[in-house]
Amino acid sequence: MTNIPILKERKKQIYHKGEGVFDLTCDTKSLAGSVSQRACVFCGSRVVLYPIADALHLIHGPIGCASYTWDIRGALSSGPELHRMSFSTDLRERDIIFGGEKKLYASLVQLIDTYRPNAAFVYCTCIIGIIGDDVDSVCKRVTEEKGIPVLPVHSEGFKGTKKDGYKAACESLSMLVGTGSVEDIGKYAINIMGEFNIAGEAWTIKEYYENMGLEVVAVFTGDGRVENIKRSHGALLNVVQCSGSILRLAQIMEEKYGIPYIRVSYFGIEDMSKALYDVAAHFKDNLGIMKKTKEIVRNEIDTIYPDLLRYKKALSGRKAAIYVGGAFKAFSMIKALRSLGIDVVLAGSQTGNKDDYKVLRDMCDEGTVILDDANPLELSKYCIEKGADLFVGGVKERPIAYKLGIAFCDHNHERKISLAGYSGMINLAKEVYSSVLSPVWKFAPQRMISQKNMTRR
Amino acid sequence: MKTQEKIEYKATSNACKQCSPLGASFVFRGIERSIPLLHGSQGCSTYIRRYLISHFNEPVDIACSNFTEETAVFGGGANLKLAVENIIKQYKPELIGIATTCLSETIGEDVPMILKGYNKENFDENFPEIVSVSTPSYSGTHIDGFHGAVRAVVDSLSVKKKTNTKQINIFPGMLSPADLRHLKEIVSDFSTDYAMLPDYSDTFDGPLWTEYQEIPEGGTKIEKIASMGDAVASIEFGKILAGKESAGKMLESRFNVPCHSLGLPIGINETDAFLKALETITGKPVPEKYIQERGRLIDSYADGHKYVFDARAVVYGEEDLVTGLASFLSEVGIIPIICASGGESGLLRQKILDIIPDAKDVGIRIIEGADFVEIGKEAKKIDPDFFIGNSKGYRIAREMKKPLIRVGFPVHDRLGGARIVHVGYRGAQQLFDTISNTIIATRQEASPVGYTYM
Repeated sequence: MTNIPILKERKKQIYHKGEGVFDLTCDTKSLAGSVSQRACVFCGSRVVLYPIADALHLIHGPIGCASYTWDIRGALSSGPELHRMSFSTDLRERDIIFGGEKKLYASLVQLIDTYRPNAAFVYCTCIIGIIGDDVDSVCKRVTEEKGIPVLPVHSEGFKGTKKDGYKAACESLSMLVGTGSVEDIGKYAINIMGEFNIAGEAWTIKEYYENMGLEVVAVFTGDGRVENIKRSHGALLNVVQCSGSILRLAQIMEEKYGIPYIRVSYFGIEDMSKALYDVAAHFKDNLGIMKKTKEIVRNEIDTIYPDLLRYKKALSGRKAAIYVGGAFKAFSMIKALRSLGIDVVLAGSQTGNKDDYKVLRDMCDEGTVILDDANPLELSKYCIEKGADLFVGGVKERPIAYKLGIAFCDHNHERKISLAGYSGMINLAKEVYSSVLSPVWKFAPQRMISQKNMTRR
Repeated sequence: MKTQEKIEYKATSNACKQCSPLGASFVFRGIERSIPLLHGSQGCSTYIRRYLISHFNEPVDIACSNFTEETAVFGGGANLKLAVENIIKQYKPELIGIATTCLSETIGEDVPMILKGYNKENFDENFPEIVSVSTPSYSGTHIDGFHGAVRAVVDSLSVKKKTNTKQINIFPGMLSPADLRHLKEIVSDFSTDYAMLPDYSDTFDGPLWTEYQEIPEGGTKIEKIASMGDAVASIEFGKILAGKESAGKMLESRFNVPCHSLGLPIGINETDAFLKALETITGKPVPEKYIQERGRLIDSYADGHKYVFDARAVVYGEEDLVTGLASFLSEVGIIPIICASGGESGLLRQKILDIIPDAKDVGIRIIEGADFVEIGKEAKKIDPDFFIGNSKGYRIAREMKKPLIRVGFPVHDRLGGARIVHVGYRGAQQLFDTISNTIIATRQEASPVGYTYM
């Protein structure tokens, strides 16, 4: 046990499986003073739209929001890299008093003339709503003058949570969808949604689908291109990963264009294979697709299985804590870690909803701690109390793990290593192995308390 | 008139600055048992935490009052108070440092007014000190937030108790933890008492933990800040800061504590000035250790002078860092051919000219309010030998195939940003060796022969 206190209001967002009735509070604003690991509405929009590589991303506000999100994601592009630039209207006191519209207009014109993007997104930060800039009008004017779509993103930081930012991004994207020609799109065409091409993951996934005989119209938004998004309503199925971030767009496209969607995950052998089978099953009229899918799955698993077994032998019996953005990723991680013989003792997310947490509860072992919108103190407390050997999370969780002598695997959007697909499963195993088995932990004071036998592979 | 307007409405592309609450967070992290609290949106604290964590590789807890739509309309008082209460329950701090944001400033939040009566007298003696600083992100840069927070802390905590202290106040500015550690060593070697604000040498660069630490150990002690009004003198670093309001000047006008405004002690000239100030204040001679260190440094200057002579460097970062580096570079014969900063104090040009009077003749370009696109454009015109500054210049350096020597903040693409020593003879030694060897290595690699001697 530790002496780390838990705030009364926060107790409703923490559940110990096997203890009491399950009634986890979630989908709420973060508690003031709690030190949430979440960011804001702007962050939600920024992460979703960020990988669109041939668009201009202009952040309307003072400099901070642009500075802190410059080149922040590991989202790769096969061509243009305009998304890796950080553009800001950099509002000053004078603009706050007199309004920022003129500066926004001038900035847009100047940047569009310089960089010739295929579209522009204008992100509203906190104060834009307060100072009353009419961003929609400015965007409309520049659209007309420059002949490219200039889309406002209503992502004022305080107007909800990160999830509301996802919605705002989806709404901006929906203004692009349906504006391109669908003439050349065939019968077996899909959109990959909620895949951001971190470390080239979208390319791996796209290749699987293409080998199955499918056509990929657009990826939302990894290695994204404006032209593909414009014609994405020509697809016959939306395949949605990381459902929290892009589900709203899939819903809009279902309402507007009658395109059905399915939810998938590409992490771990189990979920990866299920994704491919589910997509294949959708195209019932073409039995060849399912046949090819079976071949692909078999071949891929055959290739990685021997390595996987070796890693499993070395890692079996370790305990992991998982804290990620969306709950869907947590589900996949639990399964993926189990396939390496690792038990999950803590599982949480920043933005999970009631249904997500029910699934999570059902998946977890007795005694597992489930957390919504956790803070560093809670994560530390339960890592220590549950004896975690490994933490799977993002940059903000990394130093917490290390200070306590716990191994760490980065599963956030900054990572440089592909973790999706079958090859990604091996990369995950390698990542986990190289941290858990490192000899440096023998010097960590926390670990000396519960020293474990280190068996090398 | 028209062209002027165009210049005014320029977008910033790849900023060479951060927002002011980030700087304030540095300071509040550098006080013992203190925690920063940002009065604004959840994203403000999370983005700044992430930015700091990526540099320091340490847990960085920064609380937030978590504005909602209702807060933005009806005011953030209730949220701010709730945040204070929750921080006390979770962290048991001795000080909560509140920094405002663009959001709370724009809606006109008056933090001291909201928290009037939130003190030890009205609660209990365990109630923390509360210091607030106004840091609207639309005015100034992170460095203004830094100095503003130092001033706010001194303003609300320092008094004249008329104790018979021999304390020297040190206001180091935004240096690395290793720098702060070295400064403390130097002052201690003069066998004098001191108070350094802020001091995040331990809180941003500590060992692994035996037990969980809600707030990492270390930082300036509050009683040391309290006795700053009794100090025999203050030393504050930063030639740009010297032209602005500062904590040191406040103590001088309020309590007659003489303030020595010096440049950042980077290189021999500025370190000499620092040690001389310590000699003057303490009446003690410079310890032999530093005379030796200085001697070895000059010896290495002699060994390496030819390799660096007339090399051209692109220098960027906070204005005071740029000024300090320019001083060091010019004393070893390197031309800081571009001196650029995202800051806009309006003082940078003059301070560079003070150090390098013939800057114009040499072709030195001084860019105030610069962003990295502008720095890149200028750099391409002149084919420099190397870049020196934070890691955000990497993209330009890579594009131009020039080495980047990482100093300052942030260093997001290498380990050890916290361990870089810039100040003192020791810092100059590190910088000189790194720069010389970078130039030597570049020539060695480009050479068809690949000599194994220099």
